[in-house]
Amino acid sequence: MTASMAAPAHEAGSTAVVDAAGLGLTFQTPDGPVVALEDINIAIEHGEFISLIGPSGCGKTTLLRVIADLVAPTGGAITVKGTTPHEARLNRSYGYVFQAPALYPWRNVARNVQLPLEVMGLPREERARRAKASLATVGLSGFERKFPWQLSGGMQQRVSIARAMSFEPELLLMDEPFGALDEITRDNLNVHLLDLWARTRPTIIFVTHSIPEAVFLSSRIVVMSPRPGRILRIIDSDLPPDRDLDVRETGRFLEIAHEVRLALREGHSYD
Amino acid sequence: MTAIDAGSAPTRQRVARRSGGRTLPVLTVLIVLIAVWYVGAVFMNWDRAIRQLDRVGEGWGVVELVEMTLTLDRPALPTPDQVAVELWNSTVGQPIDSPRSLVFHASVTMSSTLVGFVLGTLLGMLLAIGIVHVRTLDRSLMPWVIASQTIPILAIAPMIVVVLGNIGFTGVGPKSVISAYLCFFPVTIGMVKGLRSPEPMQLDLMRTYSATGRQVLTKLRWPASIPFLFPSLRIGISLALVGAIVGELPTGAQAGIGARLLLGSYYGQMTALWAALLIAAFLAIASIAVIGLVEALVRKSRGGHA
Repeated sequence: MTASMAAPAHEAGSTAVVDAAGLGLTFQTPDGPVVALEDINIAIEHGEFISLIGPSGCGKTTLLRVIADLVAPTGGAITVKGTTPHEARLNRSYGYVFQAPALYPWRNVARNVQLPLEVMGLPREERARRAKASLATVGLSGFERKFPWQLSGGMQQRVSIARAMSFEPELLLMDEPFGALDEITRDNLNVHLLDLWARTRPTIIFVTHSIPEAVFLSSRIVVMSPRPGRILRIIDSDLPPDRDLDVRETGRFLEIAHEVRLALREGHSYD
Repeated sequence: MTAIDAGSAPTRQRVARRSGGRTLPVLTVLIVLIAVWYVGAVFMNWDRAIRQLDRVGEGWGVVELVEMTLTLDRPALPTPDQVAVELWNSTVGQPIDSPRSLVFHASVTMSSTLVGFVLGTLLGMLLAIGIVHVRTLDRSLMPWVIASQTIPILAIAPMIVVVLGNIGFTGVGPKSVISAYLCFFPVTIGMVKGLRSPEPMQLDLMRTYSATGRQVLTKLRWPASIPFLFPSLRIGISLALVGAIVGELPTGAQAGIGARLLLGSYYGQMTALWAALLIAAFLAIASIAVIGLVEALVRKSRGGHA
């Protein structure tokens, strides 16, 4: 067991969960250097729901991977929960949800959700208890013994969210988790996710290329632009916390969505 | 779950159709083969039959000649019914521990086959794990693994038997080494592919848990390789059987299918040779069936997919 898992939620106090200053990342490719991220400055506080939005190639996924220590930055500074991303990863500080469910097809739903708990060495009963609780949060109670191929794409992605939450990380990193799903399923999962965030209040960093999704979910929207990947604007959202899908027809929602679109246009995202 | 019901019903139908529709073609091929065999026996035994009839000296016609080709004591090509009788006499008709019993010889060959199969499979797995995890081994070992299989086993088998015999290993030892030598290769090739089959995302996932290399192996790479393992095992066990039989040839072994084959060809006992051959084929089919059974069980425990 790592210390960070047992630590109280507000141990960090005023320090940001993620703090990036002048962060940059340049890939060396055979065709010369490619600047994936340039001068990224952002402080993400505990309990925020942050969306990273921008066209493809703007570095939003790369930024998420830097936070997760799946790729190393080449310039600037970044801390995750007050430590380096590497230490944060070793401390199992975050849960990561990928673009695809990435479930292990030979494991049933319960054992997929238990995977991180097994890696962390939790006893069997504790694993079963947590998996059950985690599946209940995503509305999949009773599906424990099903195998991934028996579930729809939306259900599989919910299992992968349950898996990311099974060890109760305070930080959830989500990389376009609903990008491959149809719009109806996506709306449904957005409501689920918002409800889950309201109840358990983890910090969520959510990569998307859908403006309505970003506006609907987020407390702050980070608009990024490509070549080089950088932050254009950070837009606060003041939609009521108990919002449902109907909020998307309100004037305030459309205003924020418009603001996001203007920012994207500023970054020549529509050129 | 509608998804399951919708999924399993057509599967069951498909299975039923497949197994029901296979009996007829297989039977047809079998009947054709047996017919060709009889015709072949008539032609192959033609000269011997003429000599036999001439020796007896009475007049004979075509009917007598054909009859004789199918009933010779020492035919060049025994007929299916002669082989069947020989098979019956040398299995059911003998005490199991008799040196005339094919069951006895089969068990001798099978024991080296199984020992060699287990050794070869373990060796193959270890090599694959090494090759996948250590870049140096990938570069240095893989060419040797492939080179090892370019040497004809008939050339290397006597050397193994002699060398191991000199240091005191005889019988099952050298034979199973030859089996293992043949059998590790498909296992290594299959497992290397299988251990490398996880997708980048599945590997990244393990990284986000800061899993150790051993955990990545046991919880991801190993289970992901299982679908690749079984085809390798099927090839492996038949190669192990070939290895055991080949291993019995140069030793002048007293027991085993290989010894029977050798004996049959020395003394021109073609019927005994064919009987031994059929037993060898049966052993191969039976071992492959057992592996298929194990695969089905493993598959079921993994949710019926993968």
